[in-house]
Amino acid sequence: MPETRLHAQNDRELTFAQAIREALAEEMRRDKTVCIMGEDVAEAGTPFKVLSGLLEEFGKDRVLDTPISEAGFTGLAVGAAMTGMRPVVDIMFGDFVTLTMDQMVNQAAKVHYMSGGKWKVPMVMRTTMGATRRSAAQHSQSLHAWFCHIPGLKVVLPSTPYDAKGLLKAAIRDENPVVFFEDKMMYKLKGAVPANDYTVPLGVADVKRVGEDITLVATSSMVQVALGAATMLEEIGISAEVVDPRTMWPLDEKTLIESAKKTSRAIVLDEGYERYGVTAELASVIASGAFYDLDAPIKRMGAMHVPIPFSPPLEDATVPTEQTVFEAARALCGR
Amino acid sequence: MTTVTQPRAASQEVDLWLRMYRQMVAIRQFEAQVNELYTRALMPGLAHLYIGEEAVAVGVCEALDRTDYITSTHRGHGHCLAKGASPDRMFAELLGKKAGYCKGKGGSMHIADPATGNLGANAIVCGSAGIATGAAFSAQHLGNGRVSVCFFGEGALGQGVLYEEMNLAQLFKLPVIYVCENNLYTEYTHYTETTAGDILMRATAFGLEAASVDGQDVRAVNGIAQRLVSRARHGNGPSFLLCNTYRYHGHHVGDINREYYRSKQEEQKWKTERDPIANFRKWLIEQKIADAAALDRVQAELELEMKKAVDFAIAAPYPTANEVGEDVYA
Repeated sequence: MPETRLHAQNDRELTFAQAIREALAEEMRRDKTVCIMGEDVAEAGTPFKVLSGLLEEFGKDRVLDTPISEAGFTGLAVGAAMTGMRPVVDIMFGDFVTLTMDQMVNQAAKVHYMSGGKWKVPMVMRTTMGATRRSAAQHSQSLHAWFCHIPGLKVVLPSTPYDAKGLLKAAIRDENPVVFFEDKMMYKLKGAVPANDYTVPLGVADVKRVGEDITLVATSSMVQVALGAATMLEEIGISAEVVDPRTMWPLDEKTLIESAKKTSRAIVLDEGYERYGVTAELASVIASGAFYDLDAPIKRMGAMHVPIPFSPPLEDATVPTEQTVFEAARALCGR
Repeated sequence: MTTVTQPRAASQEVDLWLRMYRQMVAIRQFEAQVNELYTRALMPGLAHLYIGEEAVAVGVCEALDRTDYITSTHRGHGHCLAKGASPDRMFAELLGKKAGYCKGKGGSMHIADPATGNLGANAIVCGSAGIATGAAFSAQHLGNGRVSVCFFGEGALGQGVLYEEMNLAQLFKLPVIYVCENNLYTEYTHYTETTAGDILMRATAFGLEAASVDGQDVRAVNGIAQRLVSRARHGNGPSFLLCNTYRYHGHHVGDINREYYRSKQEEQKWKTERDPIANFRKWLIEQKIADAAALDRVQAELELEMKKAVDFAIAAPYPTANEVGEDVYA
């Protein structure tokens, strides 16, 4: 039974953005070493208003506006994390992670290993992903695969408000650097979110919809796309199972493989670039683990290999949609 | 210990001077052993020697408490030793042995040691400016009174992140000191070919307290470091210290033919006229703080200690291959 549904009857509904804010507020109340830093995180509460109200409760010593210096404040967070703080850095648009790569890849990811396990870097980088906001090529990318490639980092992609709260709380409590990707197109998505203190462990996939004929492995907002496609498929008699890995690393390989074995067909959906991307890795995991149970080649669907264009009809063509997933699944099932 | 003859200064000061002398000699002897190990092919990888620059690490680290933080560079052995690392575990790390500070996983360019506040040497030029600034951020937020020192070579002046960190440090009034060791050569290129304008003005532009010092004079380095550390500890914010020094050896062991970027005469001049250890030794004797025999004994003691430390490292076992996957995640 999907976890989100277990709570559906009794709980309030929050938006994805509210769930993120609640997770941060709860962890900041719990632990005085948790602080937030980034561009326009304080009074402005970010351009997406995800952090509104945190400054008022926690003050400017713990909700810190920084200069537009992504490398600078990310590097500062690495050092702060090593020495007793639990910083959460906010990188406004996922495209700007390019500016932080030395700090994350050469510093944060390697400090623990290079020091023989002596220093730790318990920090979280929150950033965004996702196209179709008409923001063009430098404000629309989904670059999470870059971090998945690096040993020492953990990478989280929540797809529901429930998961967003639980996973973010787990990420903040984790002893390692965690990169947390929020699809900016989901900030207004509503869902059941318990008011209590809960975490969703990193490395545990969630079956968002149970099905028999085909497995749709999907990440972040692609989970919502997959669920929509599954409803369409049901109408033509195809029962689709939707599996959300929730964390790219650590990766719950078992749940992916078990689902593919059961249904014998799989499509992997992710909004990052398809080439050398998350879909390639997840498809490879399924191919290795479920090869003899598969009745069809694994299909990958990701962003087209183009810079994200501005013009709406062009941009819409770059990412999977309910319709394209529906058609791919139907073809894979031989209908 | 060294015999003190006719103390003319407060004993505390004399102790400090003699400790600084000992530490500088220790670093030089350590590096001489590294050179030896490397040229005998006992040490894998790369070795960047600190010989000639000892007064900087020692002068600065002697102004710090054990719990204060430092970050270091690819040329970091001197900083690590000056902050209190022990030579045997340093050599073990350099040889990739399990008894090393990082269980052999870091090597020469990545010595780290929480027990002495060493956040780690860093092989990315300017790679630790963020870490050092972040440690100062923690010190301020946790109110533990610690100070953080970021050592870097003048080559790091070419990295933009340094200026982002100085800006942040000044905005947040963080207790961090950026110590720039200008050894004149950015690898194989004279720094004037890569550095425009005035170095100190780069720091003063952000409002940092900035000073330059003769990096071959350990007392001068220590004096100014004490002032900047005290300033930081009392909440008066970050500062920048430019130490003018010289790298006696090549960029790395093996950089032997250096004539295309600097002359032998220049090297000789620094070694004979500006050597931080020889000059300090001369001063200690002139001031009758120690006699030559006592200082020779220091030298002999350290030679023995270094030899023992090297023997320890050579005899120490390598990690086993099944440890390779440990410590990736905490």
